[in-house]
Amino acid sequence: MAVDKKIFLDPINENNPITTQVLGICSALAVTSQLKPSIVMGLAVIAVVALSNVITSFMREYIPQKVRIIVEMTVVASLVILVDQLLKAYAYQMSKQLSVFVGLIITNCIVLGRIEAFSMGNRPLPSFVDGLGNGLGYAIILFLVGFFRELLGFGKLLGYRVLPESLYAAGYENNGLMVLAPGAFIILSLIIWLQRTISGYRED
Amino acid sequence: MELINIGIRAIFTENILLAYFLGMCSFLALSKKMSTSFGLGVAVIFVLTITAPVNWIIHEYVLREGALAWLGPQFKTVDLSFLVFISFIAVIAALVQVVEMAIEKFSSKLYSALGIYLPLITVNCAILGVSLFMVERRLTLAETTVFGFSSGIGWFMAIVSMAAIRWKLRYSNIPSAMRGLGITMLVTGLMAMAFMIFSGISLGR
Repeated sequence: MAVDKKIFLDPINENNPITTQVLGICSALAVTSQLKPSIVMGLAVIAVVALSNVITSFMREYIPQKVRIIVEMTVVASLVILVDQLLKAYAYQMSKQLSVFVGLIITNCIVLGRIEAFSMGNRPLPSFVDGLGNGLGYAIILFLVGFFRELLGFGKLLGYRVLPESLYAAGYENNGLMVLAPGAFIILSLIIWLQRTISGYRED
Repeated sequence: MELINIGIRAIFTENILLAYFLGMCSFLALSKKMSTSFGLGVAVIFVLTITAPVNWIIHEYVLREGALAWLGPQFKTVDLSFLVFISFIAVIAALVQVVEMAIEKFSSKLYSALGIYLPLITVNCAILGVSLFMVERRLTLAETTVFGFSSGIGWFMAIVSMAAIRWKLRYSNIPSAMRGLGITMLVTGLMAMAFMIFSGISLGR
């Protein structure tokens, strides 16, 4: 069965979950003060969105309409528990750093949004691809925000110093605002501006 | 005194929305009109004040490591803390449903004001976030109640002021690609910056 390439590519740029659909910003921003947790968070969300899409797609004909939110939540929560336990087992420091935000993937609107909008009405394979695409579109934005916040806030990337010492000697200073919450909001708004200028998407 | 401190911290210095980014989805989507955001804000305060203590009780007596000791000595080593996510979200979903039915039954006026917002609240990250924070910070029952209530107040304040700002922004000439989400994000950033002046405030000691 051929899967439409658009299902995968659309959410990465044109219909990006964060910049266009305005979903899942909740748990996204808090972990992006450095690059590494942003990448881990991105991967976790990709896994959860793709797998929960597949599972609910398999079950879509058996779920009664009335209790579907609860059923979907249970599927998502089980997957998130899996991710959380894996992180605790193999990357304990990282799971401490992400703290409650791994758990908050459950209420990440992207996951439920894709299940409701796509996988409840489509076959498993396209649902999987849709989940991958949306997760990836989300991860890219997280990556960008994390990249700029760590670069401007610490002068480092992935913990390695990238800005040369001579720059600091010449009077350059790290921008402490980037590490704090307002930095994330401002960087994200600039990314949204740029992305919407390119894609041509407009709100009324 | 400690309780007042927790309250002030949750409302101002560590505002659940402006410092922890929780509840952003509904904040961005529903802050266009004053009346909507007011209704949603009140509903969030209401649900947070109920769910946080209930989740605390469940965590303390069922899920925590060794919490089942009251069943008998052989349960002392049982650790169900990996079930935290799924039981909290189930409790929240169920409680929201119960609250909705109760309001519908007893006060149709309140129901018409809050009714449509209540189901949305299940997937509001602020609700689950508060419950998870209370586990991580090891708060007591009284502290949890205060923390839940004042987090709700903080969220309410943020969404209502955002609605007011967006209402004023209607006539501004914003670059077309920046309209909607972009400018809202930027204004939230400025608001977060303004709230940072509260940091460091604590009463007593």
